[in-house]
Amino acid sequence: MSREVAPLSDPGLPDHVHRKADTDPIAEKKAERQVALFFAFSALGTILFIYSYLFIHHDLFIFIPILGSTNAHQLFLGLGLTCSLLFIGMGAVHWAKYLMPDNEVIAHRHEFRSPENERADFIATVKEGAAASGLGRRSIIKRSLALSMGLVGLSPLLLLRDLGPLPEKQLETTSWKTGTRLVTDPGNRPIKPADLEVGAVAQVLPELVEGQERILNNIGKDAVLLIRLRPEEFQLSPERLSWTHEGIIAFSKICSHMGCAVALYEQQTKHLLCPCHQSTFDVPRAAKVIFGPAARPLPQLAITLDSEGYLIAKQPFTEPVGPSFWERSS
Amino acid sequence: MKRLSRYRKHRFASPLALLFALFLIGTTFSVANASSPKASASLSRSAAVDEGRQIFLKGCSSCHGLNAEGGKIAPSLLGVGAASVDFQVGTGRMPMADMSVQAMRKKPLYNPDQVAALANYVASLAPGPGIPGDEIMVYERDGNTAQGGELFRTNCAMCHNFAGQGGALSQGKYAPTVMGADAKTIYEAMITGPQSMPVFSDRIITPAEKLSIIKWIKGAEVEPALGGAALGRVGPVTEGLLVWTFGLGLLIGIAVWLTTKVR
Repeated sequence: MSREVAPLSDPGLPDHVHRKADTDPIAEKKAERQVALFFAFSALGTILFIYSYLFIHHDLFIFIPILGSTNAHQLFLGLGLTCSLLFIGMGAVHWAKYLMPDNEVIAHRHEFRSPENERADFIATVKEGAAASGLGRRSIIKRSLALSMGLVGLSPLLLLRDLGPLPEKQLETTSWKTGTRLVTDPGNRPIKPADLEVGAVAQVLPELVEGQERILNNIGKDAVLLIRLRPEEFQLSPERLSWTHEGIIAFSKICSHMGCAVALYEQQTKHLLCPCHQSTFDVPRAAKVIFGPAARPLPQLAITLDSEGYLIAKQPFTEPVGPSFWERSS
Repeated sequence: MKRLSRYRKHRFASPLALLFALFLIGTTFSVANASSPKASASLSRSAAVDEGRQIFLKGCSSCHGLNAEGGKIAPSLLGVGAASVDFQVGTGRMPMADMSVQAMRKKPLYNPDQVAALANYVASLAPGPGIPGDEIMVYERDGNTAQGGELFRTNCAMCHNFAGQGGALSQGKYAPTVMGADAKTIYEAMITGPQSMPVFSDRIITPAEKLSIIKWIKGAEVEPALGGAALGRVGPVTEGLLVWTFGLGLLIGIAVWLTTKVR
């Protein structure tokens, strides 16, 4: 049995159906009024904007459902400007859709290449101009022009130097030295172990030398979090355990992933969270990464007591704090 | 008996039997148990402590143990102090409504007198931080808003949000908003470290500094949103949500409107 199907004949373009406004004068008038209404709304919006700017006091608060207590000055400035711009656009679109001509026009594609005579004319004009400028004859102009053009190109190259200089050793070290006292941030008070109860935390910075001031760039490397646990809760290597004091353990607050301040300490689970990318560090296990994108544990600061009984750094950080960088040694 | 057994296959028979059995066990238990509080009544304790103990035995001991020693599902209350009880019970966090990861602020179950009695009882078990009196809560007079803001940003903002609106922790836990919490509650939270929150000792953040933090929070509560809708003051989260849903929805609507054919 033959399964041949008769080929479809070319259906051609569908018939063009005119809009109601094209044929019915009443519909046309109606569309015209609608467009005018949109433009009128826009004008009212501008008036509302000007009125709000001049006459609504910037301290006036009104109650709006869902939004709650809202500043009326800002609200009506925004609404006014929105209406004035939006309704111009809506009017224009409505005008184009309902009233402007909708005749269908067929525009055939033409060849992209210019006609031969136009191409010949163009080449002749360029050659004539080159001859008139005398570039071939006036070699001093030609060479000085090449010099200036070459030097202009150097400027952006030189500006690339602003991508540096490289941090070199700056990121390898912090202000913590052997014997630096831990002080509260803010407040700069030295800390004794008895100041911290079990479950307590303290945000600390290195003590300032007399006359020195806090520098933000240094806080960005030096910030440390002190946490007190019960000593039996630690699961540390003997070396790391010797870095703690009576259950007090100190970690750099600078996340080893992207450098955010890690200070969300959950007292019950003993986890430290980073607010930026949810890296989670387990405090009893030397801030081991248990969740999130951080690649390394937070560096631990070795602490001990000085002769007056205040907490001090036993030694500087043994590794660079914060996120990875190209020149990082470890 | 024969008449009763005719109904044993009735559809209400087993629920009724279960109810009866439960009632029997409950009454037997309460009768048997009624003598136990009397046994310790001989101990000389103040009336408030004794009243607190009664409330504790009824409302708290099933999780925290008969002597507040703690259990599998609840911590020991020895040494948590009156401040901790006042915070947890006074704000309705305890007793918990269900075994969720976090006890949340709700309508308190006990009235202030009962809370005070409970606090007295728990404080009598072992020393712990006391409830700050009205003579301490003079933050309006002694607090320094600017200092409080600095302390809040360093010590509190990472969990409670830079505007005190609260934020998420891990596994469904969260730091609640501090807006609307009363001054004494905030103070008690800092000295006791409730639930996930660590303790902020008086030597690390001095009582005067704690008052400054409270004054800053009270200032932030009444801070008007001069820039328009504050959208919960949680930063780019709600702003992004609004743009992606409302803004994008509006643009899609306009695109559809632009391309519909006119008849």
